[in-house]
Amino acid sequence: MTDTAAEAGETEAETGPVPGSVIETRGLTKRYRGGQLAVDGLDLAVPAGSVFGFLGPNGSGKTTTIRMLMGLIAPTSGTAHVLGCRMPAASRTVLPQVGALIEGPALYPFLTGRGNLVRFDSADPAADPRTRRARVENALDRVGLAAAAGKKARTYSLGMKQRLGLAAALLQPRGLLVLDEPTNGLDPQGMREIRSLVRDLAAEGTTVFLSSHLLDEIEQVCTHAAVMARGRLLVQGPVAELAAGARGRLAVTTPDPGDAARILAEHGATGLVTEGDRVSADAPPGGTEPADLNAALVRGGVRVRAFGIERASLEDAFVALTGEGFDVAG
Amino acid sequence: MSQAELTAVPAPRTAPRALWAFGILRSELATTLRRWRTLALLGVLAAVPVLIGIAVRIETGDGSRGGPDGGGGPAFLSQVTNNGLFLVFAALSATLPVFLPMAVGVVAGDSVAGEASGGTLRYLLVAPAGRTRLLLVKYASVLVFCLVATLVVAASALAAGALLFPVGEVTTISGTRIGFGEGLLRAGLIAVAVAVSLTGFAALGLFISTLTDSGVAAMAATVGVLITAQILDTMPQLEGIHPYLFPHYWMSFTDLLRDPVHWDELTRNLGLQALYAAVFGSAAWARFTTKDVSV
Ligand SMILES: Nc1ncnc2c1ncn2[C@@H]1O[C@H](COP(=O)(O)OP(=O)(O)O)[C@@H](O)[C@H]1O
Ligand SMILES: [Mg+2]
Repeated sequence: MTDTAAEAGETEAETGPVPGSVIETRGLTKRYRGGQLAVDGLDLAVPAGSVFGFLGPNGSGKTTTIRMLMGLIAPTSGTAHVLGCRMPAASRTVLPQVGALIEGPALYPFLTGRGNLVRFDSADPAADPRTRRARVENALDRVGLAAAAGKKARTYSLGMKQRLGLAAALLQPRGLLVLDEPTNGLDPQGMREIRSLVRDLAAEGTTVFLSSHLLDEIEQVCTHAAVMARGRLLVQGPVAELAAGARGRLAVTTPDPGDAARILAEHGATGLVTEGDRVSADAPPGGTEPADLNAALVRGGVRVRAFGIERASLEDAFVALTGEGFDVAG
Repeated sequence: MSQAELTAVPAPRTAPRALWAFGILRSELATTLRRWRTLALLGVLAAVPVLIGIAVRIETGDGSRGGPDGGGGPAFLSQVTNNGLFLVFAALSATLPVFLPMAVGVVAGDSVAGEASGGTLRYLLVAPAGRTRLLLVKYASVLVFCLVATLVVAASALAAGALLFPVGEVTTISGTRIGFGEGLLRAGLIAVAVAVSLTGFAALGLFISTLTDSGVAAMAATVGVLITAQILDTMPQLEGIHPYLFPHYWMSFTDLLRDPVHWDELTRNLGLQALYAAVFGSAAWARFTTKDVSV
């Protein structure tokens, strides 16, 4: 890796991206030949050392973005820098330091699991053939496939294929791992295993760029997140800030829900929902102290059983951002 | 692993690096040649000379060696009973128009498109294999397949010929006689000439392979082009374009059996194949290095 890093450093000096960002895009746009605008003016900044969740429903442009980052397709306009170098021009210096799983694993069905890894490792001109065996065995161990490594890949289950794809991404020590929906199609146990592997890798200092259409996945493993919808970036930042950015819900439990709703509305609460003895509303904007609302309710003769603010989840943030549920885009 | 890598890093990197680049060629050759499909193609090619030999043997089983033969069938067939070495020439004449190029068309057509349809192309590219390097490696391995396929036909024919018929001095097309050793040498040269004849078509197949993401479509289109060119080459109305059709000089290898050798058409064939390789190789490069790999 030594001279590759040096080359990367040189390119960095020439192009001058923002320091600290492992991935950085400016106005990145892709219109497919069919005329489909898949990614629209994307400005992404992935901090070094983060586990960065790239969240969006199916068809929102996640895979398209990743293809551009990896130099597989050319952007229609805009630029992308990965590890400080302009892509796709710097593919040869950047990609040996990047492990990628793009839109599911793809294997040679007629080769064994081990044979597949040997093939992908041979394709990297920066990989020393003298240590190839060791690298391959290491990667197989890491994903728990050592026992099945001699079987033909066509006999693998989807979960095993996914792991072998991950093993290929882990052949070298990487500065960046790009994982496009790595838990797609896995059972809950497989999902847990992959997520724990991602956490381990992050703990070793690898920046992980993880795309997903599953909110809870992002909430569980990511430090940062960006939210995509219909090819556009809605928001990005640390997960804690994103969730905090969405206002929580005010919830009142009372035997007098009608009065409670009226009084809350008089005090400017919006988004009122009454379900049985429970009244909820969007939390009041910054200026209002929730305790004052409670006092107002009591003054108005409402018998309050419970009063509180429910913490917002990333899902609330998403719904607030898009004004819609987390469904497949058209 | 980290141990080994740490010791490997301080070593001079430039010299081994140049060699490391061959790792992908080795991998490509192993992947191509060890595939069940490739072995099946080679098996069929190996069977053709054996079948021809057996058929000739049965036909002339009464011992009436070299009886009057009205012709028909591949060239050299009538001499096979006198000299088993002629089975090499007969088998190459029989397989060159269709079987050999069809096998090459399958391998060349599938070379890039097959990786695309399997999705493995994207992983080779992010490895990163490098688009130019990958294309060169693909073409090199198709060329190796051309040679291997031709040698399989020749070797199988030589073995069958030696087993089924006597071998000995060779009578050239010019009527002179050359020793068996010299005859073997000519057979080797002919095998190389036949393999070279396929290089232009191989480049064409590679180009077609970069046009689509479906391996099957690329194979079918490549074989379709082969058949079309063969048909056009037989139409007298199109004589003007015949010298530019890649199969036009294929049979020139028989000139290696003249004494002295007629180099005229052989060199013309060489030039034509080089032209095809240059034109379609460049086209494949232009296409593949700018192609969106989105499968
Ligand atoms: N190869 C392609 N050609 C044309 N359109 C495509 C192609 N790949 C994806 N698209 C379209 O681009 C949009 C974004 O797709 P994609 O990037 O795969 O989304 P995601 O990965 O978030 O599900 C979708 O509308 C999809 O139909
Ligand atoms: Mg996707």
